[in-house]
Amino acid sequence: MKPRQQRMLAVGLVAAGVAIATTLSLQAMKDNMMFFVSVTEVAEGKYPDNRNFRVGGLVRDGSVQREEGSLEMTFKVTDLRCDLDVSYTGVLPDLFREGQGVVAHGRLEDSGVFVADEILAKHDENYMAPEVADSMADHVTDQTAGLSEGPLECPSQ
Amino acid sequence: MEGLSMGGYGAYVWTCFILAALVFVICEWRARLRQRRVYRDIEVRIKALGDTQ
Amino acid sequence: MWKFIHKLASPPHFYSLAARMVPWFVVPGLLLVAYGVYAGLFIAPADYQQGDAFRIIYIHVPSAYLSMMTYMIMAVSAAIGLIWRIKLAHAVAAGAAPLGAWFTFLALVTGSIWGKPMWGTWWEWGDPRLTSELILLFLYFGYMALRGAIDDTVKADKASAVLAMVGAVNVPIIHFSVEWWSSLHQGPTLVKKGGPAMDVAMLYPLLAMILGFTFLFAALLLRRVRAEVLFRERRTRWVKELVLSGGT
Repeated sequence: MKPRQQRMLAVGLVAAGVAIATTLSLQAMKDNMMFFVSVTEVAEGKYPDNRNFRVGGLVRDGSVQREEGSLEMTFKVTDLRCDLDVSYTGVLPDLFREGQGVVAHGRLEDSGVFVADEILAKHDENYMAPEVADSMADHVTDQTAGLSEGPLECPSQ
Repeated sequence: MEGLSMGGYGAYVWTCFILAALVFVICEWRARLRQRRVYRDIEVRIKALGDTQ
Repeated sequence: MWKFIHKLASPPHFYSLAARMVPWFVVPGLLLVAYGVYAGLFIAPADYQQGDAFRIIYIHVPSAYLSMMTYMIMAVSAAIGLIWRIKLAHAVAAGAAPLGAWFTFLALVTGSIWGKPMWGTWWEWGDPRLTSELILLFLYFGYMALRGAIDDTVKADKASAVLAMVGAVNVPIIHFSVEWWSSLHQGPTLVKKGGPAMDVAMLYPLLAMILGFTFLFAALLLRRVRAEVLFRERRTRWVKELVLSGGT
């Protein structure tokens, strides 16, 4: 083997080794890499028990209720399989609205209410003009049809 | 002026565009500076060698 | 073919060719960015969800793309330099690093400025997309620090090339982080099944900005590598003749 081919092999082996090692360690840490858990995972009990965590989902249509004269509010977060009651006091991001994706940070009370200390908004990867979005909403309602209905098939614990 | 305020997001948007311009200016300036420094060092060294010979 | 590559990679040839090539990247780059900025700010409609705040995309996406692209250029050049012992390849890697760091910084800062009004936070520790992009910045810093710590150019080339190649594993992680794990960051808009998820009036300025940034980056890289080549060749006869004749 020529020296150049030896160097090529060495570079290739290092690259392959790093790739395999990274893949394996990322697989092992998969759960820790998740920024938030879904509402269904919360219902299944798959969430960190003794510490605060984040849950992500959509704000269910018509579920937002505000206390008058304060920043206190409650709403339901859904992944269209399960619902979760969330209570929150504080400032909301501009994008927060019914039907919007949100990520709530806080803890799950024994009563089943998620008490959030931070609400972040999540938006999708689609960009369009408001007029286009309106005309699309007239035609495409399938995606968010479940948003105003009840839980569909939430697995009970 | 209404166009510049961008529905209240003007400060965020303009900051990003100005920052980008700054980054390009800094990169260009740093590249020229490095070129000048290397060139001048070589000039100085050639002159020093010439003087001793 | 090999003859051509060797001639291209010969330092004096590259040095003079690079100087002549810079304007060919600067002019189209500036034109594209001028169109992109104007159309992006004043012609593209506001987004249905984010309003005018979405216009930050015209800076954020091109710089994020360049931050990863530059790292790949750096890693591939480093590998070529190691395998074929081409000095110019190491010079390209060394010249790319500071530019990559600047564009990573720009991507992080504009992302943060975008995140505050939209997501409701400047920064979230633990988010896979944000974290992997921050690691990219540290990889560039590490690469530059390693180069700076070794005086011998040949040794610095070898050591930093290994770091550049090992760190390249982070680039696909950044790209796929939003698909593999849950993240505050949305999925890819441009590279997705069924084509870009964007109005054409928004898309064309974005493509112009990406292309324009790439052209301007190429011009900056040529300048950087040129200075790097001059430094590495400082003791050669062609550099002495160049400086004595007052050439640039």
